[in-house]
Amino acid sequence: MMKKSAPSVNAGSMADIAFLLLIFFLISTTIETDYGITRKLPPLIDKPTEGTIKEKNLFRVELNQHGELLVEGATMRINALKEAAINFLDNGGGSGDLACSYCKGSRRTSSSDNPNKAVISLHNHRETNYATYIAVQNELVAAYTTLRNREAQRLFGKTFVQMEKDLKDVNYSGNKKILKENIKKIQFLFPEKLSEAEPKK
Amino acid sequence: MSKFKKKKGGELPAISTASLPDIVFMLLFFFMVATVMRQNTLMIENKLPVADQIEKLDKKDLVMYIYAGKPSSRYRASAGNQARIQLNDKFADVSEIKAFVLAERASKREELIPFLTTALKVDGSTNMGLVGDIKKELRDIQALKINYTTRTGSATDNLK
Repeated sequence: MMKKSAPSVNAGSMADIAFLLLIFFLISTTIETDYGITRKLPPLIDKPTEGTIKEKNLFRVELNQHGELLVEGATMRINALKEAAINFLDNGGGSGDLACSYCKGSRRTSSSDNPNKAVISLHNHRETNYATYIAVQNELVAAYTTLRNREAQRLFGKTFVQMEKDLKDVNYSGNKKILKENIKKIQFLFPEKLSEAEPKK
Repeated sequence: MSKFKKKKGGELPAISTASLPDIVFMLLFFFMVATVMRQNTLMIENKLPVADQIEKLDKKDLVMYIYAGKPSSRYRASAGNQARIQLNDKFADVSEIKAFVLAERASKREELIPFLTTALKVDGSTNMGLVGDIKKELRDIQALKINYTTRTGSATDNLK
């Protein structure tokens, strides 16, 4: 007598079930990753320190409620801001202790002494547009990045952006400890000193 | 009697759909692995500004999102047309940010708390006053790592 074979399970509806799951995941998940300008807010201090920064080491950037940009009291277009910030940071007008050996600026005495001393102060009005503010932030960060790239290229033969990318890269073949220290060195040469005051009423 | 019957002409054999579930499962697994669950339903207009000096926000579990912008047209009748803050699927007041950050911190493991980043997803047309208020609250509660989430592009496009 022949053995009865087990009846096969009908798998025709498996595709439907899988489709249902697929569609659920398609609509309830996102694939996008976010990108943005990363910043660190200053911690709250009870008493703000005043008067230790020389006027020439301060680069005043102001944004008013109409989205107009005032740099050191004069209006400026946003396209020119990066160049102006680079000129200010890279000026290196100091002498003696404050001398800057790596600066390539015009070394005017009326502008910043040293990138370590140079502070960019960003003021904005309560009614300033957020998009305009981001544009200005972006240009100022770009100024720092350009200068850091230049120094990294000179000292380590690759850009600062590339170094930071390598640090995050799991497949990076070199020594990450050294890389981290090199990044610190560059950040020390051009520290990001961007101060923001409370928006004006 | 012949063993070899002539094939019936004309009729096409049915295409086998036995591998269809396999294909669909493959797609399903791809989407399950490559995507993350949608967190918030936006109740505000959220056209982010553009920038090019940007960093990737990875480690999504260590990011908390604060949205701000004008309420979208569905909610305009109830929420007004001034820019509002949205936290976790509902409109919130500036004063609620502290509670929100504390709740987020409480839900994370202790050693991860210093790496928590706040992503500000703010509509480009919002006034800086609101953003300043948010930043002040974040400073009050020592949530200092922030990220202005933007789209990628040239910064001068913001001024158009």
